[in-house]
Amino acid sequence: MNRLLRRAVRPGFPWTAPQWPPSLPRPLPPSSLGAGYDTEWARREPVRVARAVLMDSVARGAVKILASPRVSGLDRIAGLEAPAIFAANHASHVDTPLLLTALPARFRHRSAVAAAADYFFDRRWKAALWAFAINAIPVERARVTRRSIGQAVGLLNEGWSLLIYPEGGRSPDGWAQAFRGGAAYLSVHTGLPVVPVHVEGTHRILPRQGRRIRPGHTRVTFGAPIRAHQGEDTRAFASRIETAVSVLADEGATDWWAARRRAAQGTTPRLTGPRAGSWRRAWELEDRSPGRRAQERPGSWAL
Amino acid sequence: MSPRPGFVLETDRATPPTLFWHGEGWRLERLPPGSRIVYPPEPMEAVADPDEAVRQALAHPLGDSEPLADLLRPGMRLTIAFDDVSLPLPPMRPPDVRQRVIEAVLELAAAAGVDDVVLMAALSLHRRMTEAELRHALGHRVYEAFAPHGLLLQHDAEDPDGLVHLGCTDAGEDVEINKRAATSDLIVYVNINLVAMDGGHKSVATGLASYRSLRHHHNVRTLQHSRSLMDEHRSELHTSNWRMGRHIAASGIKVFQIETTLNTDTFPSQFAFLQRREWEWSGRDRATYLATSASLARTPARLARSIFHSIRSPHALTSVQAGEVEAVHARTLEHVHRQHVVPVEGQTDILTMGLPYICPYNVNSIMNPVLVMCLGLGYFFNLYRGKPLVRAGGVVIMSHPTPWEFHPVHHPSYIDFFDQVLAETTDPLEIEAKFEESFATDPWYVHLYRTSYAYHGVHPFYMWYWGAHALQHLGAVIVVGGDVAAVRRMGFKPASTLRDALEMAADVVGPDPSVTHIHAPPLLLADVE
Repeated sequence: MNRLLRRAVRPGFPWTAPQWPPSLPRPLPPSSLGAGYDTEWARREPVRVARAVLMDSVARGAVKILASPRVSGLDRIAGLEAPAIFAANHASHVDTPLLLTALPARFRHRSAVAAAADYFFDRRWKAALWAFAINAIPVERARVTRRSIGQAVGLLNEGWSLLIYPEGGRSPDGWAQAFRGGAAYLSVHTGLPVVPVHVEGTHRILPRQGRRIRPGHTRVTFGAPIRAHQGEDTRAFASRIETAVSVLADEGATDWWAARRRAAQGTTPRLTGPRAGSWRRAWELEDRSPGRRAQERPGSWAL
Repeated sequence: MSPRPGFVLETDRATPPTLFWHGEGWRLERLPPGSRIVYPPEPMEAVADPDEAVRQALAHPLGDSEPLADLLRPGMRLTIAFDDVSLPLPPMRPPDVRQRVIEAVLELAAAAGVDDVVLMAALSLHRRMTEAELRHALGHRVYEAFAPHGLLLQHDAEDPDGLVHLGCTDAGEDVEINKRAATSDLIVYVNINLVAMDGGHKSVATGLASYRSLRHHHNVRTLQHSRSLMDEHRSELHTSNWRMGRHIAASGIKVFQIETTLNTDTFPSQFAFLQRREWEWSGRDRATYLATSASLARTPARLARSIFHSIRSPHALTSVQAGEVEAVHARTLEHVHRQHVVPVEGQTDILTMGLPYICPYNVNSIMNPVLVMCLGLGYFFNLYRGKPLVRAGGVVIMSHPTPWEFHPVHHPSYIDFFDQVLAETTDPLEIEAKFEESFATDPWYVHLYRTSYAYHGVHPFYMWYWGAHALQHLGAVIVVGGDVAAVRRMGFKPASTLRDALEMAADVVGPDPSVTHIHAPPLLLADVE
């Protein structure tokens, strides 16, 4: 009976479509889909207004209920003029609505989101949905193509900010993956600053393999904008962005001062987590839970 | 788009459950994260015009052979031998490739004015083919032209007047083959090379041989030293066959070998999901899986068996080559390897396999427990080159219902083998020493083999020997979902679920074992480094 109930609630394969193994390349979708999908319509005025209404009413309310976000570091970008490139770690589908609603209004309503072409743009209905809801633009994560880079650079030059996840996909276990060079490349080529952002807690709300949303606590920490140094190559800059996000993670897990000292000593914990077995990684991740800390803090649970 | 090669997938928590064959049915099983699944290459493209390909092969033979047309002359004695019902699997959609080739050969023989032509099913010690099976393999035209005149024969390995002893090889092996074939001016052998084990000198030296000859290579010692049966250079079985084949050639018997290779397009389009990778299953595939699984669960076993045995495979011809045996076979193997080989790095602690409803010896019949053992440990275990997929002391987990059921007409000696021999011992060497001779020479089994549709009395022994290397190599064999008594009779461990089996296997190979699954059929050949 339990099994039947479980199946009715979470039927799984073969009742539902299978997931594509991440280690295998997906065949290219038809050229009008994937990286070839044209999202221009999603930035026309009526669509932007509809999206703004959706974002400020439905999305903001839903995020507040589901993710109880604590946003810090906004003062670091108070003086920053749009556009900018926001580079965040990525653990869940919840990250995007959380970040978009956490952004100041001048960025929020003129931002695009770099989304995996093979995942969000493989079906026409999915492509239309994400282009409308979050102003997603297709980016190929397996390789750099002129088309997807060109589209992102064009938008940045037109004054649109860009939210990008340099990991190239959601984390499988809550710890971040190594940053790829996409955000750094765009920054180097447009001269725009990169704002490192750290998101904590979304993995528990909706993990990568999850099918059910479990409300929880989240923390969003914005860092100071950074730019590539003179002559700095994309790879080195990508590494610096990853380090900046790691410091923000450390700041959230400890405090600003402790994080700064560890950063100065070069002992900031790796964003990718400890090199250990899966249970130890999960154990340590649990220690960083914003919800857990809130509960442990004397008096906080009583508020 | 060219067919994609085979590959090894490492599973994670996102990997969809994996298809395991389970006799006349299948299951979706979730393997532990980090397990490997060996997927076969996609079916190769078929030759565009198979009839023309056959004609070209006969006209442009390999090795030192002349074109077939030049070997045929009036007044000669021609025997066309062909592989029996054990190939291909499942039986292919008509026209069978044997029909195509034999019709092309007969066209040339007719043009050359050859009158004395006999067709002969190279049965070895297999059961005789029924009329329906012969008609399927040869086509109605050929059957009706030869069978009514007694010119369509089936090799009889127990006919004292139908065999000729050609002496012994350098290694002292008796070479005794069919007299009609041996006394022909030319033997044309029409083969189907479904796997790398088939063909070459094995065609004549085994297919047309007697028990006296076969026992020199179909024995425990030889099969324990065939590593693997799919790698002729490391197979004692093949080495012995090659010695015999060369001896046959040296005796003045001329063989014109025609070998064909088929692609691995194994199941008809209704069952396309059986040869698709699970994450590529379409909505239709998933619906078919669910519908067939649900209906098979409610179908009586006999009916399910007859449904499965009515499957006709869309196998297509990928190459045909003819001429001198060794030159032909070398080219054939290139094609077989191109279709089957999958590189695999390193061995595994536990090898899992889902066994289907069919093996070479139960076409239109019942897969009895001995044949389950043979398919798992004889064939699937041997689907490797280099090293076995599973390490020494490792565990094989097979999924099959393993019913305690035998076909009384096809497998009479199997019944006694299972009841009498395996009840006493499962050790191949002991079985060979104590029981083989009496079964092989039992007059009742010989009578049934010759006049009915029974496998030879010694055949179940050969099936057991086929797995002898695996039995020697493995720490344990576990059968998932099998008849408990039948599984225990064979010395294996029964398990009701794959999870239980993996836990039991961990007791043998130690904690945190590596697991590899062979996603077959369609067939593959693991090239293990």
